Amino acid sequence: MKKFQWLICAIFLGLPALGQAGVGEAIAHYNPQNNLSVNAERGDALWHKKNTGEDGKERDCTVCHGDDLKKPGKHIKTGKVIDPMAPSVNKDRYTDLEKVEKWFTRNCKWTYGRECTNQEKVDLLKYLSQF
Amino acid sequence: MKKSAILLSALLCAGFVPPSFADDGISSWLSFFSRKKEIEPVTDASYQKECGSCHFAYQPGWLPEESWRKLLDAKALSDHFGEEAELPEQTRQHILDYAANHAADKSSYKRSKKIMASLTKGEVPTRITEVAYIRRKHHEIPADLIKGDKVKSLSFCDACHTKAAQGAFDADTVVIPGKGKWTW
Repeated sequence: MKKFQWLICAIFLGLPALGQAGVGEAIAHYNPQNNLSVNAERGDALWHKKNTGEDGKERDCTVCHGDDLKKPGKHIKTGKVIDPMAPSVNKDRYTDLEKVEKWFTRNCKWTYGRECTNQEKVDLLKYLSQF
Repeated sequence: MKKSAILLSALLCAGFVPPSFADDGISSWLSFFSRKKEIEPVTDASYQKECGSCHFAYQPGWLPEESWRKLLDAKALSDHFGEEAELPEQTRQHILDYAANHAADKSSYKRSKKIMASLTKGEVPTRITEVAYIRRKHHEIPADLIKGDKVKSLSFCDACHTKAAQGAFDADTVVIPGKGKWTW
């Protein structure tokens, strides 16, 4: 009986976590030793940090993802519609770790001219998870 | 005797004209019979997903194998027409294999054959839009219909070719935004 109660308890405690498993898992993935502080404000600053691209124009994350994270973005060059970054409206966001890593690699290089550190990745994910 | 006469006249009535095989030899002449219509649609889910997440997933049959080897090289992908398009190595290899195996020079589809025929010897194009066959097929279309916001450039196949993803590019399936059906 006691075991059963624990099971019920575990299920109920586990449910809310399941709802946001995506971002949580992704953050944990980039913070395997749990030694990084995760800070949404730093993520916000990085998301909006302007850099000069190879074309000589200023770029930040919003040039393709747009200013409203709950709305689709549009790729500045190809015009391809980019699904919203906000997990509240796009449940698939951050659930596929391979996809997350692929786009971090590409987009950090495109936007900042280098790969992002794990610290930057967890901060960005934390910032984006709020929407 | 009678049967073959009927067959011959039926073929002639259907507008069948055997192509000359003087320049390309008998194998090319024979391939006329095995030639498939249009272009082979993309059948690989990973190719479709990875290429299609940024742009129209161009069928591999639009370019020869050597072109795909150049385009889908690991280094080349980090500057893919100005975009950072790196892929995990395993995925890149898979996509390259698929493209190479279905490239224009390996295809028996009509448009792939036309692509190959339009290339000069040793030409390894990296832009489908610059292949002579593609340029020729689009040269009648006024530039302003292509350059505007609705289409942007020839690279956006599916802006006008409504069945592009299925591999159909015949004139009947073309609807130019802001213009409508294109008549030749």
